[in-house]
Amino acid sequence: MRTFGFPEFLFILEAAKWTIALSLIAIIGGAIGGLLVALARTSESAAARGISTVFVQVFQGTPLLLQLFLIFFGAPVLGWDINPWLAAGFALILNTSAFLGEIWRGCIQAIPRGQWEAAEALGLHYVSRMRDVVLPQAFKIALPPTVGYMVQVIKGTSLAAIIGFAEVTRAGQIINNATFQPLIVFSVVAAIYFAMCWPLSLLAGRMERRQAAALTR
Amino acid sequence: MNYTFQFDAVFAAWPLLLKGTWITIQLSLTATVLGLAVAVACAWAKTSGPAPARFVVNAYIELVRNTPFLVQLFFFFFALPAIGLRWSAYAAALVAMVVNLGAYATEIIRAGIESIPRGQIEAGLALNLKRHQVFRFVILKPALKAIYPALTSQFILLMLSSAVVSAISADDLTSVAANLQSQTFRSFEIYIVVACIYLALALSFSALFKLIYRAALNYPDRR
Repeated sequence: MRTFGFPEFLFILEAAKWTIALSLIAIIGGAIGGLLVALARTSESAAARGISTVFVQVFQGTPLLLQLFLIFFGAPVLGWDINPWLAAGFALILNTSAFLGEIWRGCIQAIPRGQWEAAEALGLHYVSRMRDVVLPQAFKIALPPTVGYMVQVIKGTSLAAIIGFAEVTRAGQIINNATFQPLIVFSVVAAIYFAMCWPLSLLAGRMERRQAAALTR
Repeated sequence: MNYTFQFDAVFAAWPLLLKGTWITIQLSLTATVLGLAVAVACAWAKTSGPAPARFVVNAYIELVRNTPFLVQLFFFFFALPAIGLRWSAYAAALVAMVVNLGAYATEIIRAGIESIPRGQIEAGLALNLKRHQVFRFVILKPALKAIYPALTSQFILLMLSSAVVSAISADDLTSVAANLQSQTFRSFEIYIVVACIYLALALSFSALFKLIYRAALNYPDRR
């Protein structure tokens, strides 16, 4: 039987690049989707509001794991060829879009009504009103919670282990099955996630405090 | 796409699905009660405990919040038996959920306690309210009102993330779904139905929490 040594540690650490890659895919795809969701949720069209509300409720009201299962096990049934990469990527992008969309909707709605009215009174059309007046201000409010949410995305990628995607958690399982030293293996796995998430948490906390101080001034 | 959906096999298994749903609810409610007890103790330690206790609580919170729930679950299920502590998947799942919720709820409760201005407590005492009256009317009710939304959405998040405990086969709703899919191969139908059950649970609980809020906490607030 193998014992847990440096090569085993390296095996788990190397899998971190897949965790990071998957997180980046989810964050970039989720940011694009989230912006669309936030704009639809605050739009004047009742249809856009309705569709985006249903989207958000479905993705916030069901477990991420089931979303992953539905895509991974459902797509082949419908005749689409899918691998753990695509399934995990899709599920995480859709899930992140829903959550970031809701966070950003709050930020857009936090912009005082008067700003919207002023932009309208100046005769700005929708695109310019959003791009030049509302979104730049909303961006500042949105930054701390967005950084904080990245931690959730990184943690969420661990679920891809369940469908066999070889990221950090899966690598840990593999090493655990070979060495039977779960205490050290899962401590190492937890430590790797901690090393990725904690700096982001600290950054988000610091940004939040700075913003709170700026608001009470 | 020429796939015909067949939900018969899924609906035929409704007693199993019902049992899984009940276990998911039971796990979530039990974990919430125990997790809140942990959180109240930790919030007390963090706001007015001695420095070492504060350090330990902070370390606990940061550790839990910056590692995935799945890894925490694996840690409790695989690692503790290795050092001699044998227990069931259900017990491991429950403990992992309590530990997880405890950390998140500590921060929520601490924020609630800190949201009560000192002056209000002093004002209560100056109005000749008894200590327990100050606690009940000046501290508890407004603090509860302040943290209620965060606490209830944390409950729903916990219930949804409990699907992860199926990874150690803890008999919850998702475990039932996984078993059914390996028996009937109707994976798409099963996961659709189970996702709908979770959605129904999440929407019903959030409606219920809103009703409770209106009935018990909806008094005018001048802060």
